[in-house]
Amino acid sequence: MSLLIEIAGLSKRYDRFVAVDRVSFSVARGEVVGFLGPNGAGKSTTMRMLAGFITPDAGSARICGHDVATDGVAARRHLGYLPEGAPTYPEMSVAAMLAFTARIRGFSGGELSDRVAHAMRLTSLEQVRLQPIDTLSKGFRRRVGLAQSLLHDPDVLVLDEPTDGLDPNQKHQIRALILEMAPRKAIVISTHILEEVEAVCTRAIVIASGCIVADETPAQLAGRDPARHLDTVFRTLTAEAA
Amino acid sequence: MRAAWTIAGRELVSYFATPVAAVFIVIFLALQGALTFNLGNFFARNQADLAPFFTFLPWVLLLLVPALSMRLWAEERRAGTIEMLLTLPITAFQAVLGKFLAAWAFCAIAIVLTFPFVLTVNYLGSPDNGVIACGYLGAILIAGCYIALGGALSAVTRNQVIAFVLAVAACFVVTASGTPLVTDFLARGAPALAEIARRISVADRYQGMTRGVIQLRDLIYFASFSGFFLFLTTVVIDHRRAN
Repeated sequence: MSLLIEIAGLSKRYDRFVAVDRVSFSVARGEVVGFLGPNGAGKSTTMRMLAGFITPDAGSARICGHDVATDGVAARRHLGYLPEGAPTYPEMSVAAMLAFTARIRGFSGGELSDRVAHAMRLTSLEQVRLQPIDTLSKGFRRRVGLAQSLLHDPDVLVLDEPTDGLDPNQKHQIRALILEMAPRKAIVISTHILEEVEAVCTRAIVIASGCIVADETPAQLAGRDPARHLDTVFRTLTAEAA
Repeated sequence: MRAAWTIAGRELVSYFATPVAAVFIVIFLALQGALTFNLGNFFARNQADLAPFFTFLPWVLLLLVPALSMRLWAEERRAGTIEMLLTLPITAFQAVLGKFLAAWAFCAIAIVLTFPFVLTVNYLGSPDNGVIACGYLGAILIAGCYIALGGALSAVTRNQVIAFVLAVAACFVVTASGTPLVTDFLARGAPALAEIARRISVADRYQGMTRGVIQLRDLIYFASFSGFFLFLTTVVIDHRRAN
């Protein structure tokens, strides 16, 4: 089992507030890790440190063996990252936005158009391909962000709330896509939707107040409650930490 | 370098996809035209050259270029797109360079669009077009300095108004420090400072170029001025990852 994501002792503090406190975990190919926690628990900060957007105060993060702090460009070549809120350039069309990221990632000519077309097909963006992004609904914008992260078929996918703002059909479609890709990649998704964890994740990590409070399979996590309700378990775990 | 060009291309297209390009170019041309013809006594001088045009150009640029540079990083930060950009497999310097090149190319386009002035003086008389070309080169180099300086200030703040005001002030200082008004004042009290002020000023080198003098040391000065602030921007962008 090859470890594609290795996080060791990752910490980040802002003044006195400890956002992430010695978080360590690894993700192997084929795993889909659901990253759970209340708002402000440190999910996005951890993902940002993994993606190399925030420099940690302590600890290290490696993607496919490349340290994100010292060998960032190589690490990010293997990474597909959907930031929180899926930011994209509003004045660009969907096709232009995806072509831009493809070009940055070193694709050109026919391969570039194939990659862009494939990413749009996976995320059902074909019908809006020439529309400026600022005219699109929230769900479409999120899918543009997702398409951008999938375009280069990365080994590691880090998705911050990928289904936020999508309707039930779109959610189902994105989950199906994640399940389909899962065997070939290491995937980390953060979410508030507990049913999503049971639907797509092979493992759930619960973080509260910057610390990991649970790291097990969704079934084990649900098993902590006699009635097998994930939300009860979630509330208990995060209330204990707070 | 390819990544920097890709970013530059995207940015340049986005200027023209938004009203930024049209507003900037129209106001720039109108302001530059009004100042040259009215305040500069273009016709009354009865000389076939662009001296008044080149005299006003740095002052118009120092007012308008910060409007371009203020959004370079402040806008990315506000919209959150900086997170998408900096998590692509590029270095911070490539992003800084790409954005700089786009804004610089855009300024160069705006400056080149003043070509009717050149046609006018050529129609009315026989100017030294070599001197004019040299002046244009100087103007484009000065615009590069303003963008690099303004871009560095844009990187330190999320607020575009602050980025704009700081950039206008900073561009004013590096321009005005070489004018007789400042150097004469300093020469009376502290002659050493007057010499320093003149040497750091972009205006002094530019004046030489508008008279048709291209010196290698001036070109090195312009390149190192822009280079220094691009480096500084890269440091700020990288440092800000920690916050």
